[in-house]
Amino acid sequence: MNAEVRPIKTAAESALSAHFAAAKGALPGAGAVVALREDAFGRFERAGLPSRRVEEWKYTDLRALMREAPPLAAPPAAAAKARAAGAGAALADLEARRIIFVDGAFVAELSDLGGLESGLTVGSMAAALAQGAPLGHLGKVVPSDDVAVALNTAFMGDGAVIAVAAGATLARPIHLLFVNSGLRPAAIFPRSLIVVERGARAMIVESHEGAGADHVNAVLELVVDDEAHVDHVKLTGEGAGLLHVSSLMASVGARARFNAFLFTTGGEIVRNQLFVRFAGPDTVAGIRGATLLRGRQHADVTLVADHAAGACTSRETFKSVLDGSARSIFQGKIIVRPHAQKTDARMATHALLLTDEAEADNKPELEIYADDVQCGHGATSGALDQGLLFYLKSRGIPEKEAEMLLIQAFIAGAVEGIEHAGLRDALMDQVVAWLRGRQ
Amino acid sequence: MPLLEIKNLNVEVDGKKILNGLDLAVEAGSVHAIMGPNGSGKSTLAHVLAGKPNYTVTQGQVRFSGEDVLALRPDERAARGIFLAFQYPLEIPGVATFTFLQAALNAQRKYRGEPELATPAFLKRVREVAGKLGIPEDMGRRPLNVGFSGGEKKRNEIMQMALLEPRLCVLDETDSGLDIDALKIVADGVNHLRDPKRAFIVITHYQRLLNYIVPDVVHVLARGRIVRTGGKEIALELEAQGYAQYQEDAALAGLNA
Repeated sequence: MNAEVRPIKTAAESALSAHFAAAKGALPGAGAVVALREDAFGRFERAGLPSRRVEEWKYTDLRALMREAPPLAAPPAAAAKARAAGAGAALADLEARRIIFVDGAFVAELSDLGGLESGLTVGSMAAALAQGAPLGHLGKVVPSDDVAVALNTAFMGDGAVIAVAAGATLARPIHLLFVNSGLRPAAIFPRSLIVVERGARAMIVESHEGAGADHVNAVLELVVDDEAHVDHVKLTGEGAGLLHVSSLMASVGARARFNAFLFTTGGEIVRNQLFVRFAGPDTVAGIRGATLLRGRQHADVTLVADHAAGACTSRETFKSVLDGSARSIFQGKIIVRPHAQKTDARMATHALLLTDEAEADNKPELEIYADDVQCGHGATSGALDQGLLFYLKSRGIPEKEAEMLLIQAFIAGAVEGIEHAGLRDALMDQVVAWLRGRQ
Repeated sequence: MPLLEIKNLNVEVDGKKILNGLDLAVEAGSVHAIMGPNGSGKSTLAHVLAGKPNYTVTQGQVRFSGEDVLALRPDERAARGIFLAFQYPLEIPGVATFTFLQAALNAQRKYRGEPELATPAFLKRVREVAGKLGIPEDMGRRPLNVGFSGGEKKRNEIMQMALLEPRLCVLDETDSGLDIDALKIVADGVNHLRDPKRAFIVITHYQRLLNYIVPDVVHVLARGRIVRTGGKEIALELEAQGYAQYQEDAALAGLNA
């Protein structure tokens, strides 16, 4: 497919080129950063927006779906910041340390930066790039030739730069709260880098919400060092964008614990990419997600779990509930490298279709190059069980309520993988709210 | 007026006629046993009373307290006091037994215009009921019927019945799959609920259960209709002689019809 002659540029591709030419002088960073951007943009220009002919993007044809490329978001003015005031209310009970980004830009005065725990540093990516800070892990955590990641690297604006020093344990979760003001449709390219050093413990919540007309392309690079324990939970909520593409690139060291969870209810066209590389042995990871869609929403989870070291255990469980003519896609690939013996990886994906028009596409893939491993995958999709519904109704529970109970139970099967009880409750509250919003 | 009155009930499932002109009247305060060979329509009767989908009533009527039951949704029938104890209670992963029970009780109360029970009041009620049936409290926190033994599932059905206080209890082959100890516990639970305002229909293939839940009336169901009605001596007679006689009689009746 690489030899294919590329057709003429689409309007969105031309606009991206024009935006890059116009903006690159003003984007943060000089020297090595400029080279990084140019290199990434070159990759995009050679490949173009991925179409259905590119296997990894088969179900989310960005070339067709992206009709235009809105201009880069302007730095948030007072009116935009004002819209962030009520954001994140659903997660208020977590009492997390909130780091707030409006239209992609870090807003220090809205963020909770007081009394940082010992060993924790929090900064702005734009500031780090502009000041010429050493690039360190930037762009290297999980090497990828993914075009969405390349576009983010070319245009990367602001985001969080967080370090948790060896042995530190954060008492409070860190909440990266991305609010889209929606004042005018804009392209937003958040880029964050989080390094959790050896033996440290951190919980990161990342949420995206706001008004809905933007194109968001976010990348979070995450380094989980040996013996560290990191939970990452991403919420893609109402107004997360007309087009929302997000990539988590995580490298996990030895004897570590890593849990990732994707909770998606918002956005029109959403693609969450997870590139997780097991770089050291004896790590335990849980990679899970719950997606609830209605109307014409489209949400794609594309996961690559790369077992490059042996004796790691990973559990991948994704559930989706689809109403209206919504569509969910799950592409999950587990790679077990030749020396990654004793890998134990199990992937499961389940879709609950509430209407005849809803669609679920599942594409599990196993690439196993070692001979002493346990790997498996399973996929199911179907409607609510009429027998179970009748059992509930025969006890006096009306149909809608019976459906709600069964759907909650279905999603709870994924959400219970989250270790933090408060966050589990907050997500289940959102599930109930979503269900109450059904026709 | 009988609590339940069924007249000339004809029911098809997937185009196949199962009930064929069934008549039955059950007075409040009484226990009726319905016995019959496999395939005679016993479970179909239970499911039609509860309102299971895909059971098509082609003729006849069912009145409960004088009301047309067939016009009501399953949840409405339950809220008005009809309870079916399932032969095979379903497992619902992710729904805790107490959550389910509270949802059911409050849905029924809401339907009847009664105030819903808040969680502390509900827990008090359910603990009382569970205690009487010897049901351990941790069962309430486990997902509904998941990993329960056959006996635990049936006991859970009786606990639901005790909590919801229906006026008509239909027990669909509650004895199937139970050993004698579990059978006694279930029968004790039912006997505790006997009440002048409440009626029971006990559906069973075997006489054994009726040693513990002693019926006032025994009916024999064959080929979709009641072919004999009498006292509990019928059960003993069936135990001794089997159902062959009724299968032949009903076959002849079918030919003559």
